[in-house]
Amino acid sequence: MFVSQEYKEVWILKIYADNAATTAMSKTAVEAMMPYINDCYYNPSSLYSCGQAARDAIEAARETIARCIGASEREIVFTSGGSEADNQAIISAANIGKKNGKMHIISDNIEHHAVLHTLKKLEKEGFAVTYIPVKENGIISTNDIENAFRSDTCLVTVMYANNEIGTLQPIKEIGDICKRHGVIFHTDAVQAVGRMPIDVKAQNINMLSASAHKFHGPKGVGFLYAQKGIKLSSIIEGGAQERGFRAGTENVAGIVSMAAALEEEISLMDTNAKKLIKLRDRLIAGLSEIPHCALNGDKQNRLPSNVNFCFEGIEGESLLLLLDDKGIMASSGSACTSGSLDPSHVLLAIGRPHDVAHGSLRLSIGEDTTEEQVDYIIKSVKETVEHLRRFSPVWRDLSAGKAEFIL
Amino acid sequence: MPLYSEKVMDHFRNPRNVGVIENADGIGEIGNAKCGDIMRVYLKIDNDIITDAKFETFGCGSAIASSSMATEMIKGKPISEALELTNKAVSEALDGLPDYKMHCSVLAEQAIKGAIEDYYKKEKQNE
Repeated sequence: MFVSQEYKEVWILKIYADNAATTAMSKTAVEAMMPYINDCYYNPSSLYSCGQAARDAIEAARETIARCIGASEREIVFTSGGSEADNQAIISAANIGKKNGKMHIISDNIEHHAVLHTLKKLEKEGFAVTYIPVKENGIISTNDIENAFRSDTCLVTVMYANNEIGTLQPIKEIGDICKRHGVIFHTDAVQAVGRMPIDVKAQNINMLSASAHKFHGPKGVGFLYAQKGIKLSSIIEGGAQERGFRAGTENVAGIVSMAAALEEEISLMDTNAKKLIKLRDRLIAGLSEIPHCALNGDKQNRLPSNVNFCFEGIEGESLLLLLDDKGIMASSGSACTSGSLDPSHVLLAIGRPHDVAHGSLRLSIGEDTTEEQVDYIIKSVKETVEHLRRFSPVWRDLSAGKAEFIL
Repeated sequence: MPLYSEKVMDHFRNPRNVGVIENADGIGEIGNAKCGDIMRVYLKIDNDIITDAKFETFGCGSAIASSSMATEMIKGKPISEALELTNKAVSEALDGLPDYKMHCSVLAEQAIKGAIEDYYKKEKQNE
């Protein structure tokens, strides 16, 4: 818990429950990057020894990251983050497919926009994409994937863990199916890396995207794992950095820091997971007491950090603003918070009607979250939902029996 | 810069005129839950003067603040004046709304006009 001095007179206790949006950098990550900001600022492409020291740091980071996910270092390409890694992975697999006359891709309807928008772009270029609808619990059926294969399928891309509702997909099973079909399997693992055990070889993952700031590393850096033999297309043209697969002077400090953050997160994973699951389930149990609400996503098969609810009769943005007043930072899938007219595509995909999807709340806790904070969140959400329902015409009609409750 | 002006936040945190008027002379409702905004305005009208105005809103911060401000602006005013209330005036009174939230002030204007229309309709029926 840290205290902010946002308002000069009043010190407000702040509770950060938006770790799916970004995480605080760990002390280890901050310390790891400092030498490469202050002293070893050299260009890793430079020939002199100081430049080569920067190069060595990048290569050591590459080795660490490869080890963390069971890959080899030549299979790791550093990017500016998860979105770039997703773009590059999908475009690369599509280019390989096109060359072989295969222009069909399998995905699902709850992917991150970095994946969905790239797929939309490919559709305009003539690719066919099958979006498999997830089940009500947000989990994809492996049978549906099996049945979606065509003779011209070149890629299956399914996220590891959903950023909104936290559901975990059967990654190994999907990997096995793809292997049997000889089709590249990419997973957007931005929410999973550092939180879930990953072994790309054992899970038959051919490509994987990750972002440092989701596991206590810095923003603006991530990586793409691409199994040996998969020819990557470069989406940023320029110099020959990253073996020609990603131009641009490397973010040395960011890369070094990312590796340090990941290594630490993985060493703490089991301890953190145990602690988080306990807090998560306490939060879920507490919020479930609110009348006419529903947990979004699977109760068990979800990230240890993720809680997502819909509350009937209220709207998410007003809930977030009032929670902010109480010092709680969270997020929502309501249209108002997304800047569009439609609420979250993920909530709609799991069958929440528009009316209910607008009233969603995502709380993503972190390793620093305490039981006391969880209880405070429960109390605050209860109060706020009750307050907003008091003058909601939707709630009035529902309580008066003029409309039927959905939840 | 914060998303909303202090005035918007004030009307959002402490909305004025919240609630229902039993046996209201006019009720106006606009929006639908599908879009994420519903406003319901209740008016008490006496001798062409709006003697009381209350609202209920399902929606975002600016929707709640717009309803609060708009009802404040028409309370005690003759109907003719209330009919002239524009969304621009509501937004200005709130020290501005973000561009993509301007529709919230439009909803407030429409809800009030809807309530006045409802009043006229009821009056006609009573004649």
